[in-house]
Amino acid sequence: MIVIEYLAYFLITLGAVFLFLGALGIFRMPDIYTRIQAGTKSSTLGAMSLVLGTGLLGFVSFTPGYPWLIKTIIIVIFVAIANPLSSHALARGAYKDKIAPFTKENIDAYQEVEKNIEEEMEDAK
Amino acid sequence: MSYFFIIIISIIAVGAILAFVRFVKGPTAADRVVALDTISFMAIALMVFLGFVLERFIYIDVSLVYAVLGFVGVITIARYLEGGI
Amino acid sequence: MSNTLIVITIISLFFLIVAGIYAVIKKDLLQAAIATGLISLVLSILFYILQAPDVALTEAAIGIALSTIIFVLAIRNTKRFEDN
Repeated sequence: MIVIEYLAYFLITLGAVFLFLGALGIFRMPDIYTRIQAGTKSSTLGAMSLVLGTGLLGFVSFTPGYPWLIKTIIIVIFVAIANPLSSHALARGAYKDKIAPFTKENIDAYQEVEKNIEEEMEDAK
Repeated sequence: MSYFFIIIISIIAVGAILAFVRFVKGPTAADRVVALDTISFMAIALMVFLGFVLERFIYIDVSLVYAVLGFVGVITIARYLEGGI
Repeated sequence: MSNTLIVITIISLFFLIVAGIYAVIKKDLLQAAIATGLISLVLSILFYILQAPDVALTEAAIGIALSTIIFVLAIRNTKRFEDN
């Protein structure tokens, strides 16, 4: 029983961290496709593990514990079906809507610094 | 209650605020749908966890309905963006 | 623990107000429909915290699925962008 309880705490912590990382990916990524990829994978794993950990914790905490486990397993199955399905449909819709993907340009920050230094030198002369 | 529950709920709340910032900023409609989907799955996890914290077994049914029906709206908007509906 | 529930309620009310203002002032009606879906989600969380799970269940089933589908069908049959 104590092993199941520590496993439940580990799963809940893992799920919360992955939900936060999914939201951070949605906040930081530059493009719709990278946002879908970063957000949906980690939010699927996070929601599944947090719900399953809560079910295990309810299984060991309450006296008729098995309804918690059965219902949370049903929720986990539906999350595992629904979230990749909706993200796939959304990526296809965004591509058919002609949203341009993000292409990384040739970023050269030091060249601008050097150009400014040369201009300052010429002004000094 | 212990500090463990408060820390977990705080992490999920900060994540929801980050996703909501993307919902306000996002330039196209698809960005906002992605943010809405992420907030929806955060709400599923939060509802199950609050059901355990408040010690009510019947509260999980709300989360079950969200898990079953939550993707229908997203698929409808995606089909509209695709031009198929 | 009740302090945590109060913080969740304040965050949810902030989401609700911002999404409501956004749904009113936006000219793109599809994005206004998406904001309406977010309003329904946050309202469901608020009903859940106020210990009314039956109302939260009905709000979830109506708001996230049926309302969004009807809005999108109406936008498909009329036009997407609002006139100035």
